[in-house]
Amino acid sequence: MMEFLRMGGYGTYVWSAYGVTLVILVINIWWTYRFYRKSREALGEISENFSKRQPTIRKTS
Amino acid sequence: MNLRWFHKLASPPYFYRLASTLGPWLGSLSIALIAAGTYGGLVLAPPDYLQGDGFRMIYVHVPSAYLGMMAYVVMATAAATGFIWRIKLAHAVAVSAAPLGASFTFLGLVTGAIWGKPMWGTFWQWSDARLVFFLMLFFLYMGYLALRGVTEDRDKADRLSAVLAVVGVINIPIIHYSVEWWTTLHQGPTITRLDGPSITMDMLVPLLIMIAGFSVFFVWLLFVRLRGEILVREKKSRWAQELVQRGRV
Repeated sequence: MMEFLRMGGYGTYVWSAYGVTLVILVINIWWTYRFYRKSREALGEISENFSKRQPTIRKTS
Repeated sequence: MNLRWFHKLASPPYFYRLASTLGPWLGSLSIALIAAGTYGGLVLAPPDYLQGDGFRMIYVHVPSAYLGMMAYVVMATAAATGFIWRIKLAHAVAVSAAPLGASFTFLGLVTGAIWGKPMWGTFWQWSDARLVFFLMLFFLYMGYLALRGVTEDRDKADRLSAVLAVVGVINIPIIHYSVEWWTTLHQGPTITRLDGPSITMDMLVPLLIMIAGFSVFFVWLLFVRLRGEILVREKKSRWAQELVQRGRV
C-alpha cells in the first residue's frame, strides 16, 4: 500500500495531478447544475408573475 | 439531402427533452469510464521504462488537454453555424461549451506543469511552442467569455463572440503540430502517428478509456448547461413556461 502511494518517488506529483483533476471535474458538475437550477428558478419566477398578471388566461386553459 | 432530422434537432423544445432524457445515462457512463480508466492507469498499466510511475500523469493530462481543444472546435463550429444560418440553438451550444472548455484547458495547463517539474525540471518554459500556444487557447476562452460578458444585447454578443471563436480556431492545428514544427521540451505525438501509436497496449487502453470518459463527461455537462441556456433564451415561449409550471406541481 505504501509502495503504491509512493509511486516510485513521484507520489507528490502523481497524486496532486489526480487530485486537481478530481477537484476541477467536481467543480464543473457543481457549477453546471447550479447554472441549470438558477435558469429554471428564474423562469419559475417569470411564469408566476405571468400567471398573476393574466389570471383569466390561466382559468380558461 | 434530407435535413428534416437536423431541423427537428435544432428545435429548442425537442432538444431540451432529448437532453433531459440522455442526461442521467451520459452522467453514469462518464463516471464509470473515468473510474475504470483511473484504475487501469494507476494500477494495471506497467511503469514506464524512463519515467517510472511518474508517467501515470498522462491519464489526466492528455484527456484534459484533448478536451480543452475539442471543446474549442465544438464551440467554434457551433458559433459559425449560428452565425451563418442564424440558428438560435447553435449559439446556445457555443456559449455552453466555453466554460467547460476553459476549465479543461486550465486543467491541461496545471497537470502539464505538475508533470513538467519532475521530468523537465521546470513547471513552465516560455520557449516551448506547445506550452505557449496552449496558454493562448486558455486566453481565447477567457476573451470569448469576457466579450460576451461586456456585450449587453444577446444577439449582438452571439455574433461578435462567434467571430472571435472562428478566428481563434486557427490555434488548434498550431497546437497540434507545434511539437513537430518546433522541437523543444514537449514530446511529440504518441497516439496519432503515421506508423501507429508508439505506446504499448496495456498503457494505451486506459488512456483511450480515459479520453472517452472525459468526452462523455463533456457532452453530459454540455447538455445540462444547454438546458439552462435554452430556458434563459426561451423564457418568453409558451413551452418553457408550461414546462416549469408542470415541474412545480
